[in-house]
Amino acid sequence: MSTNQPKLLRVLTVSSHPNRPNALSAVLTFTWRSLKKTVSQLPYMAIDVLIFPVIFLLIFTFMFGGAISGSTGNYLQFLLPGMLVYTVTTMTVYIGISIKTDIDRGVFNRFRTLPFWQPAAIIGTMLVNLLSYAAALATTIAFGLLLGFRPEAGLTGALLALLLVIMYAFSVSWIFACIGVVAKKTESITSMTYIVLYPLMFTSNVFTDTSTMPDWLGPIIAYNPISLASTAARGLMHGTATAQDLITALAGMALFILVFAPLTFRLYRQKAKQ
Amino acid sequence: MTKNNFAVETRGLRKSFGSVEVLKGIDLQVERGTVYAILGPNGAGKTTLVNILSTLIRPDSGTAQVFGLDVVHDADKVRGMVGLTGQFAAVDEELSGRDNLVLFGRLTGYGRKAAYARADELLDAFDLTDAAYRHAGKYSGGMRRRLDIAAAMLVMPDLLFLDEPTTGLDPRSRNGVWDIVRTLVDRGTTVLLTTQYLEEADQLADRLAVIDGGTVIAEGTAAELKASVGSGTVHIRLTKPEQRALAEQVLQRELDAAAVRLHAEPASLSAQVSDPELAARLLTELSREGIETVQFSLGQPSLDEVFLALTGRPAEEEKEENVS
Ligand SMILES: Nc1ncnc2c1ncn2[C@@H]1O[C@H](COP(=O)(O)OP(=O)(O)OP(=O)(O)O)[C@@H](O)[C@H]1O
Ligand SMILES: [Mg+2]
Repeated sequence: MSTNQPKLLRVLTVSSHPNRPNALSAVLTFTWRSLKKTVSQLPYMAIDVLIFPVIFLLIFTFMFGGAISGSTGNYLQFLLPGMLVYTVTTMTVYIGISIKTDIDRGVFNRFRTLPFWQPAAIIGTMLVNLLSYAAALATTIAFGLLLGFRPEAGLTGALLALLLVIMYAFSVSWIFACIGVVAKKTESITSMTYIVLYPLMFTSNVFTDTSTMPDWLGPIIAYNPISLASTAARGLMHGTATAQDLITALAGMALFILVFAPLTFRLYRQKAKQ
Repeated sequence: MTKNNFAVETRGLRKSFGSVEVLKGIDLQVERGTVYAILGPNGAGKTTLVNILSTLIRPDSGTAQVFGLDVVHDADKVRGMVGLTGQFAAVDEELSGRDNLVLFGRLTGYGRKAAYARADELLDAFDLTDAAYRHAGKYSGGMRRRLDIAAAMLVMPDLLFLDEPTTGLDPRSRNGVWDIVRTLVDRGTTVLLTTQYLEEADQLADRLAVIDGGTVIAEGTAAELKASVGSGTVHIRLTKPEQRALAEQVLQRELDAAAVRLHAEPASLSAQVSDPELAARLLTELSREGIETVQFSLGQPSLDEVFLALTGRPAEEEKEENVS
């Protein structure tokens, strides 16, 4: 390397000491970072936001449709709102993985020595993930419409349902953010998907009406957060939501955020301070 | 907060990982505005020490102060004054070099425009302009090291830690890093660096400490350390090569049969001397025997010899040790 001594001296003589960034600009900086990375991973993202939603919607509609609801058309009306919840639920794992990846990489050591509000790293990344959730949801709805799905509450209903599902995804993301901070290995985050998410998903009312399930499963299904979100989304979509449906769903989300967001921040800062 | 002259001062610093005691009571004093080198073989605890001083990990006991501030209790203030370039590059491999500097600049508090401007001038000064838009993950070792040092220079630290800054670099890149260190010290920054290269400590450091097995086994200027080992090498070149056998006899007689080395070059020979006064007598003896010399020089022992004398092992061999 042929360092240019005078140039070097000039650059190193600057003695600007900016004030520490405020929390908002730190969050926005991480949003920017996350967007930059997303752009370079667009092909992989496309699989998640375009291909998976389409495949699963096709599989579930045509495999279970006849058996569960007698016709695929009826079933789609029932299934689609739940599929929205299903789609984003599987995607929430990524926030855990990206946090864990950051912690394991050398760059975390640099973040730790910089004077910004540390949780910004998590929130900024999460905000960009919300965009990909929205993209996946849009795909699911668009493809559903193509297959004949019709939201009975019209556009307003569909948008409200969409909003609710994004809020749900945001709340569940905190659980995985927390897991991402404490996990010893990245693989253990992925295996949480199989141990926790899939059982919850299949004991929910995403795919079938729970009235046909055995009694002892009833409470588990009723308080399953995935069921709560599906019921509320379905209700909004078709204009049949009761106040109680919405309140329980929102309360569940609030609970997740109130418990896991502060916990994640605390654990992350501890990790950063060690 | 006590005012004192030290950039770094530690007392009885200890750190264990599980049952492994890595630091067993380190006492150090680094004066402001100087370059201080920590020398030690693999696993000696250099990185652990630097990580404690830069607030990345906490000591189990003992105290460490940076400009009079405690690294545990005043960690945030300490962070505002120090820069760290760790042993392994702390850059985001999925971002370009420029984006890395902008990212860290924004997180340091620069506004958007200022962050880009600072990033570009650093890229320029560190010779990275051509690679500015390439992913840092695709950089060569030397480029990544420079990017990492540049990141530590976004705001000028009062104290810079460089953990093995030149390990794995070719001689040219190594010289480049040395230039950076010298420039920094010229402008008043204190630099604490770790290294396994004795030459590096010799070239850059005002003082150095040798740590081995978690304790400081020697401390001082390079010259002091060399003197403490107490032996140097006398190099002699004769006018007439045919007198070499005679010269060898004189050396052996005067230096109590110390090992005399005959060089490939027919007129040269050298020998270890433990005392500079002996060397002076040697010169007189040689001329009394009628042996003319073109060159007669007394060299100090190299730091390699110092290291060998201190640890009982040559510095180079340590590299294989840390496999466990
Ligand atoms: N986080 C850790 N957990 C357990 N052991 C550790 C940890 N960090 C360091 N060690 C151990 O502490 C000892 C000293 O490590 P350290 O990295 O400080 O040495 P070093 O002098 O920097 O070596 P090198 O020249 O190889 O970089 C080693 O035996 C290492 O295995
Ligand atoms: Mg090390």
